[in-house]
This record gives sequence, structure tokens and C-alpha cells, in this order.
Amino acid sequence: MHPAFSVIFLTTLIGAGQGLFLALFTSQFYSLANLLHSPQTAELYAPGSLLALLLLGAGLLASFFHLGHPERAWRSATQWRTSWLSREVIVLPAFMSMVMLYGIVHYFGWTQTLFVISDALPVDLSLIIGTLGTLLAFALFICTAMIYASIKFLQEWHTPLTLINYTLFGIASGFMLAAALSAWMNIELVAFFGAWAVIATLLALLTRVISLIRNQRIRHKSSIQTALGIRHNHIKQSTMGFMGGSFNTREFFHGRSDSALKIIKYFFILMVFVVPVALILVSYMIQSPHLPMLAFAIQFLGLIAERYYFFADARHPQNLYYQNIA
Amino acid sequence: MTQLALVIDLNVCVGCHACVTSCKEWNTSGWAGPMVDQHPYDNDPTGTFFNRVQTYEIGTFPNMETVHFPKSCLHCEDPPCVPVCPTGASYKRKDNGVVLVDYDKCIGCKYCSWACPYGMRELDEYQKVMKKCTLCIDRISDESKPESERKPACVLACPTSARLFGDVHDSDSEVSVAIREQGGYQLMPEWGTRPANHYLPRRKTRLQLHKDELERVDNPLREESLPAAEGETLDDIAF
Ligand code: SF4
Ligand code: SF4
Repeated sequence: MHPAFSVIFLTTLIGAGQGLFLALFTSQFYSLANLLHSPQTAELYAPGSLLALLLLGAGLLASFFHLGHPERAWRSATQWRTSWLSREVIVLPAFMSMVMLYGIVHYFGWTQTLFVISDALPVDLSLIIGTLGTLLAFALFICTAMIYASIKFLQEWHTPLTLINYTLFGIASGFMLAAALSAWMNIELVAFFGAWAVIATLLALLTRVISLIRNQRIRHKSSIQTALGIRHNHIKQSTMGFMGGSFNTREFFHGRSDSALKIIKYFFILMVFVVPVALILVSYMIQSPHLPMLAFAIQFLGLIAERYYFFADARHPQNLYYQNIA
Repeated sequence: MTQLALVIDLNVCVGCHACVTSCKEWNTSGWAGPMVDQHPYDNDPTGTFFNRVQTYEIGTFPNMETVHFPKSCLHCEDPPCVPVCPTGASYKRKDNGVVLVDYDKCIGCKYCSWACPYGMRELDEYQKVMKKCTLCIDRISDESKPESERKPACVLACPTSARLFGDVHDSDSEVSVAIREQGGYQLMPEWGTRPANHYLPRRKTRLQLHKDELERVDNPLREESLPAAEGETLDDIAF
């Protein structure tokens, strides 16, 4: 497939936004359970929510560049019964409004306890909104990934690994950003977020490598024989039916050489996994306030390359009809 | 239920592209138009087409043949392109099974083109909406035309009658009989899309002669040569 930067930015930006929100709520939950004892934790929520909102908004904006008729985009919310794309279009703004409410509630300090569950868990407004937001964040991961995983003949994508990877990459980059933010704001949560970011990154490394191996070994169900219905081992295309290319030759081919793709693959493995984990470990040892920011920046750059590779890696069966390119 | 479809005979198609040009001519000026071209007179002419004819070489020299392969939307009975559409612009007509795009609703997100395993949909670069074969819906449903002209433009244009048009759910229709009796098949059956369009394979007419057809069974000597001339025959002396 041809990697479109609008979709690459959409998926990476909202992934980081979702992950950042999850990081914020996790820290609130930990504080609630008295596992975190940092009085400044609360200072993080409002600016953190704003940052998450900005990322989500930027992703939404990027997605409009993908459309031929952005002015009709509202129509895309209508087919939620059948289309994962439509579901994403509904869940994304719903999640964004939860993030906004979460930030507002914390900014104005409307966090008086409303009621207490079984004498142990004091529930306030932010906890309710945060729980709803968490559910929506995961729903959004599912919707985004299912857009790709649900197309069964794009066999590279049609696997639960697509869902797992999208979720883990979002969480990893979000916690990385939370670590960077708390380092910048000088809040003592760098180690907490950093540790979770490293765990998520390593898990993502595992599942992404599995999916890379899976896709390398994939046996495609369609062949030129099934595409034409002609049983012969030697079939060669002599014309594609046009000379100057068509939508079919532009949309479904990445147009890069195999070696270029290989470079992109090793680049993202380095940038998403190796360097950020190393930077977080070093920053933990030397207590550097800047390294977590660098770690996030590098990982995000790597994620863009990862998403590029994700698209380029998928071979659409329609390419069988355009052998002169493939 | 009705399911309109094309049956394309690969044994007959000569790859003349008459269907391609007649399709473009009819549809660019009709309901589905315009089908705009980009730099049509320059180096890399490109544009929107609903129908393409490709050519393949089967086999290796000297045992090879050329197959011309017309390619357009197959109007699948289980079209994977329809449920993925977020706007409802892509739909399958209940009354005749034709898969269409509502150009006023389409947002040009291209998701349906990803979801068609055959690559039969093309985004119109000018109108920024998704386009594909309509089976000339505006023509086949035009009651003001005589029955004989209520057929897709490509079918009427084909000089070799390689394209048949009809209802594949009607067992006695021309298309159903052709599929049944001449080995009609579907493309990429592995995805369960159940294409309505079918293709008829290349068919060879070979004379099958068995040995016992050359040698008479009731010839005890198994000798089939003409009797050798033995001197003068009656023809030589009678005049
Ligand atoms: S051939 Fe492609 S575009 Fe046409 S109905 Fe089937 S899946 Fe849809
Ligand atoms: S490009 Fe148009 S028809 Fe295709 S899925 Fe998007 S909105 Fe639907």
C-alpha cells in the first residue's frame, strides 16, 4: 500500500494522545491507592490533558487532509453499524471531550469527594470522567486498528497483532511523553512514567517483531492464477490497459526499493525501541531533566517510520493485476 | 431477486478496447460523469476509467497464447467494499444488485478501494469522489429506450459479442446458461465476495479420434490399407 502521511500522522498523534491520557489517569489512580506519594502529582493533570487534547486535535486535523471532501466529513459518522472507520469518527471526538472535561475538572479543582465506595474508594468527578475516558481511549485503539485489521485480504494487517501493536505503541509513546512532561515541569514522576514507558516499549518490541516475522513468512491466498482464473504457471502481463498509470498504480504501491524499506525497518527498530529505552535508563541514572524529552521525540520520529513501514509492508491482492509495477 | 451482471468470454475477446472507449463516452457525459483525464496529450496520460482491458501472455514460447482480460467492477453479491464505507455513499441496490456510489455523499476517503480485492474502484482526481462501473445504470433503467438498447454501453459496443449482460439469478437467462454450459467462473473465489460477473474460459475445440475409430473393429485382419491393384480391373476394359 502507498503510505499516506495524513493517516500516518493521524494514527501516531492520536495514539500518543491516548497514551498520555492513560498515563495521567494511571498516576491519579496510583496516588489514590497511595502507591505514589508525590504532592505535586495533581499539578500535572490539567497541562497534561491540554497536551493530550492538542495531540488528538492535530491528529484529527491531519485526517482531514486524507479526504477528498472534508466539508462532508460529518457524514462519516452515519455507518457505525458496519464501518470501523465510522466508529472511529464517533469515538475520537467523544474521547476528546472526556479529555477536555478531565482537564477542566482538575484545573478548577472540582475534585471534592462525591461519595465513597465501601469506605475505601473516595469517588470524585475526575475519577468518573477518567474512567469513562480510559474506556474510550481503549475503544479508540480498537477502532483505529480494526480499520486495518478488518480487511481480510490485506493479510499482513488481518491479525490481532495489529490491535495489540497499535495499543502498545500508543501507550508507550504516551507514557514516554508523560515522563518528558513531568521532567520538564520538574515533577517527581519521571521514574514512574519512565518505567511504564520502558515496559510498554519492550512489550511492543516483542509483538512488533512477532508481526514482522509473521509478515515475512506470509503465504498469500491470491495469486495471478486465481486473479485471472487461468491455470498456468507462466503468466506474464504485457499491458496493464494504460500507459500513464492510474489510481490503481498510485494508491497501492509504495514505490520504494526493497533496500529502502529494509533501512526504514531497521531505522524504526532503533528509534522506537533501542534508543528511547537506553535514554530513559541513562536519564534515571544521571537524573537528567532533558533526556526523557529527547527519548519521546526520538520515539515519535521512529513511530512515524514504523507506521510508514506498516503501510508499505501490506501487499494488496489488486497488485496482481498490475504486474508491470509490482 | 435480480442480480444484473456481465459475463465476459475470454475465448472471444480480441482486446480491441471498444468497451473501454464506449464506456468512457457514455459515462463521462451521463449521470456518473465527468470522468476527467489528467494531461491526456502529454507523456503520462491518466484518468478515470470504469473498464480496462489488460493483456496477458500465457505460457512460454512457442507454446503460448495471448489472453485479453477486460476488468471492471464485478458487482459482488457479498461486496466487501460496501459495509466499510463510513458515509453510506457506497451501496448495493436491492432491486437489481448493482453496486453504486452516491457521489453527493462520498467524502473520498478511499477506504472502499482498499476493501475491494480486485482494485475495481478508482478515485476521480478531479471530482475527488470514488468511481466505478455502474453497469450503465442510467441506461439499463431508462424505460424510454427500446428493450434492445437497455444494455450497458460496453455490451452494445463489443464487436465480437464477448460481453453478455443479464440476470444471473434467473436460471434461464442468456448469462446463466452461458455460465452453466460454458464453464463460467468467478475471480478470486477465495475471498467469498461472490462476484456476480463471470468469465468464460478459453476453450479449445479439438478433434478427438480414438484408435478404434480409425481401425474397424470388425476387420479381422486389422488391415486398413486399400487392396493393392491386381492386374486389369473392370474399369480398365469397360468403356
Ligand atoms: S468488484 Fe470490488 S468494487 Fe465491485 S462490488 Fe466487488 S468488491 Fe465492490
Ligand atoms: S471513498 Fe466514498 S464511497 Fe468509498 S468508503 Fe469513502 S465515502 Fe464511502
